[in-house]
Amino acid sequence: MTELLVKNACVIDPLSGINGEVMDLAIRDGKIVEEVSDAAEVVDAHGMLTMPGGIDSHTHICGTKVNFGRYMSPEDMRAGRTPRRGAMHATSGYSVPTTYGNSYRYSVMGYTTLLEGAMAPLEARHTHEEFSYTPLQDTMANTLFDGNWGILEAIRDGDTKRVAAIIAWTLSAVKGFGVKLTNPGGTEAWQWGKNVTCIRDPVPYFEVTPAEIIRSVVEANELLHLPHSVHLHCNNLGTPGNYTCTLGSFGLIPDLNKKRQTLYATHVQFHAYGGSGWKDFCSKSEPIANFVNMRPQIVMDMGQVMFGRTTTMTADGPMEFNLYRLHHDKWSNHDVELETGSGIIPVVYRRKNLVNSIMWAIGLELALLTKSPWQCLLTTDNPNGAPFVKYPEIIALLMSKRYRDAEFATIHPDTGSRVPLPAIERELDWHEIAVMTRAGAARALGIQDLGKGHLAPGADADVAIYPLKIDEVDPSAEYQRVIDGFSRTEYTIKRGRVVARRGECLVDGSNATFWVAPKVSEAYDMGKDPDFIEKFDRYYTVRMRNYPVQDEYLTRSRCIETEADL
Amino acid sequence: MIVKDAVCPFCGCLCDDIEVEVEGNRVVAVTNACELGMTKFMGEKRLKNPILRVENEWKDITYDEAIRYAADMLLSAERPLLYGWSGTHGEAQCVGVHMAELIHGVIDNTSSVCHGPSILAIQEVGHPGCTLGVVKNRADLVIYWGSNPIDAHPRHLSRYTRYAEGFFLENAFRDRKVIVVDVRKTETANIADEFVQIKPGGDYAVLSALRAIVQGKTDTIPRTVAGVTREQLIRVANLCKSAKFGAVYFGLGLTMTQGKYKNIRNAIEFISELNRHTKFTISAMRGHYNVYGSNEVNTWMTGYPFGIDFSRGIAFYNPGETTAVDILARKECDAALIVGSDPAAHFPRKCLEHLAEIPVVQLDPYPNATTAFCNVQIPVAVTGIDAEGTAYRMDGVPIRTRRVLSTDYLSDEEVLSRMYALMQEEPRP
Repeated sequence: MTELLVKNACVIDPLSGINGEVMDLAIRDGKIVEEVSDAAEVVDAHGMLTMPGGIDSHTHICGTKVNFGRYMSPEDMRAGRTPRRGAMHATSGYSVPTTYGNSYRYSVMGYTTLLEGAMAPLEARHTHEEFSYTPLQDTMANTLFDGNWGILEAIRDGDTKRVAAIIAWTLSAVKGFGVKLTNPGGTEAWQWGKNVTCIRDPVPYFEVTPAEIIRSVVEANELLHLPHSVHLHCNNLGTPGNYTCTLGSFGLIPDLNKKRQTLYATHVQFHAYGGSGWKDFCSKSEPIANFVNMRPQIVMDMGQVMFGRTTTMTADGPMEFNLYRLHHDKWSNHDVELETGSGIIPVVYRRKNLVNSIMWAIGLELALLTKSPWQCLLTTDNPNGAPFVKYPEIIALLMSKRYRDAEFATIHPDTGSRVPLPAIERELDWHEIAVMTRAGAARALGIQDLGKGHLAPGADADVAIYPLKIDEVDPSAEYQRVIDGFSRTEYTIKRGRVVARRGECLVDGSNATFWVAPKVSEAYDMGKDPDFIEKFDRYYTVRMRNYPVQDEYLTRSRCIETEADL
Repeated sequence: MIVKDAVCPFCGCLCDDIEVEVEGNRVVAVTNACELGMTKFMGEKRLKNPILRVENEWKDITYDEAIRYAADMLLSAERPLLYGWSGTHGEAQCVGVHMAELIHGVIDNTSSVCHGPSILAIQEVGHPGCTLGVVKNRADLVIYWGSNPIDAHPRHLSRYTRYAEGFFLENAFRDRKVIVVDVRKTETANIADEFVQIKPGGDYAVLSALRAIVQGKTDTIPRTVAGVTREQLIRVANLCKSAKFGAVYFGLGLTMTQGKYKNIRNAIEFISELNRHTKFTISAMRGHYNVYGSNEVNTWMTGYPFGIDFSRGIAFYNPGETTAVDILARKECDAALIVGSDPAAHFPRKCLEHLAEIPVVQLDPYPNATTAFCNVQIPVAVTGIDAEGTAYRMDGVPIRTRRVLSTDYLSDEEVLSRMYALMQEEPRP
């Protein structure tokens, strides 16, 4: 039995309704408990801001395309190198750090749970292997279904239950957590070098539209009672005028779940563009935020862009090729048979560039114009908008109008006429930041009942203690203190153990991977479906028996079983 | 007993449809595998236990003694080299990286003498690729460039290209064209629809000519380029542009000939250009069954695919300086651990002369040319035959190999983990 007592913590725990109360947190065997014995080890938080461990609801940290981002970028590796020290292994990389690099840097920022945003089922084993070398965070992987042949055929046949059955079989086989649609239909079209422009274009050969894919997969997701909703990367990313496509996609979504949203729309900044071309490119954050304000069934994340160098990587292969033609740097692409694809290119977002400046503003506007922080979570779609180490700066920008104005003065001078940002006075408070970085993420992912994102008794003892005394810091004026405070915890506690202290990671972690196994009836078990098996054997290049991820790959497995309506 | 869907641990095709018949813990028959794979499954003469060279005699020693020897050798070395890794599973490769980091050594894998140039090119211009099944189901044009799959990857043609059934091809054999580009007429060239014979060293020029034609600069092309006629170049470029889905597979005939990584860079840029007209991909024909896996493991753990030098504490990468051949040729290295490879059969003489002078420990199931250079050889289980583990196919798809026999041999991972545990006991600065 191990016990820990965090004394005098100034706690903000939105899911428990605690907002700035100075209190003690008792921890036993990795869980929050009512009280501990006198023998407990004591950590004195002396009034410092204490929150549940951070949860990144959308990041790219492990798996085939992330690793290829490293593989093709020795220049990025040189940009962040640390030697082996104490319990810490050597790390490399800035925008795509090594697995240890990701794990340590997130931990030092108080993050304890990470959702990898896109895993190709065929290559899932790779993601899980990297998860086991990301020791300080619990992990989960959204699984790509955007170009899945079985699903496209079932949708064409109007059989939503079969769509659900294929999702159920695949998630269990590859130990995935949620359903990801990236440019639905577009990734399949890209395997012929084509794309879909928005939600009404038919996908070549399969003759279904993105709208049909989105609607059907959303319904299937609810039939399976998955903890998380469908996680959608809309069609037409990054194109001027694409906000209408985004609104059209959002409009497809009914409210199907009382506990959480029905749709998680990811990196919406990249989907909130006005104009008819790059010359009249402008922000359309207002109509997007207004729409979301009226639709409780939608949660989005910002996809904030921050200036500097990064690497973009997404399953949206055609988008990456278009971006490559703009940037002329280097381009990698990786199509995955019967399932999906991906693309990678390095980019630099520049203050002097008008489009980049507008993109920077849009992410902030989405967060500031969305009334409820539960509906707009803080991400950069790491590393697409920026590496996650920029989160403290984003927090400060959201909390300080003065900081925003100071930054605004440094960007392209024409930005002001294209974006509403300068007119927005709102400054978020500590509680809203806590929602956007942990409580809201836990609710959106459906993991609060599994003990994530809050500090009530029974919760996992994942705690971040920041060297910030919230009654002594005026975030509106002292934004640098906010940045410094969120950049380096005083203590990060993971499952009841102090894993990081003032920038130093102290122990090797014991992370867990969350995945789902929906229970379906015999008739919907795709493992026994003759047509599914025959097609698998004929068109995949891996045998069906060799496809599922073996238990050996999950060091600590947290399986979530659901009862499907199938 | 018949083990179905076994995974062949020979080449980068990583065929996973092998049937292995086992009787009395011995493989008696193998179905579906090619000749290379079958020979591997049927086994060779293996060492029974670790051996130590004492003067010019081999002495049997225990695993504990061998592991202690290796740990001490690495701990007392100033510039240890940990080389090989393409013939073992990912879990062992991970231990290798941790070990190199701990002792400030250099870890390099066999890609530094095969597809290293391909990696350098990818680091300059990227890589438009795909999994093998995408080619199987879609490609109506396949180009083998400087590679000869009939000899080196015998089932590549039947599983993924020439003879493979494809979802989008009515009659795959008829509807799919195969072009072979090589300096000599290989077995693969014999079954091609078009054979492009290039004069040795002419790949770069031919690729440049093809790029120019695709860009519409046909007027600039001379009558012949490296022995290839203008007419044939135009025909090939047109075949590429009119394909619905094209795939290039290249081998050491492109990476290790004159121009080296610049050849690959040119080839990738040719493919990027073709993507403005149609869909095209390019991929390396990786040799060993898990050489790609060692690139993957090294990359997620250190940031670099091969040739990683930890002597500064951080991971440092500079191929040509931090790669095995260079370190041996400069006589820098003062101890070597060789895992799952046979450098003595492949390295330049100068390197071997140095290898013969320094302590060497080899982990390998079989005696090979490197045995003659080592002080201790530790026999291990063969991944895919008597050990399980992860391997990455040439297209990056990870597959868990199966165990078809049970033996007392320790796996590479077990041996290395024990070695690493001993090394961790030593106080470090």
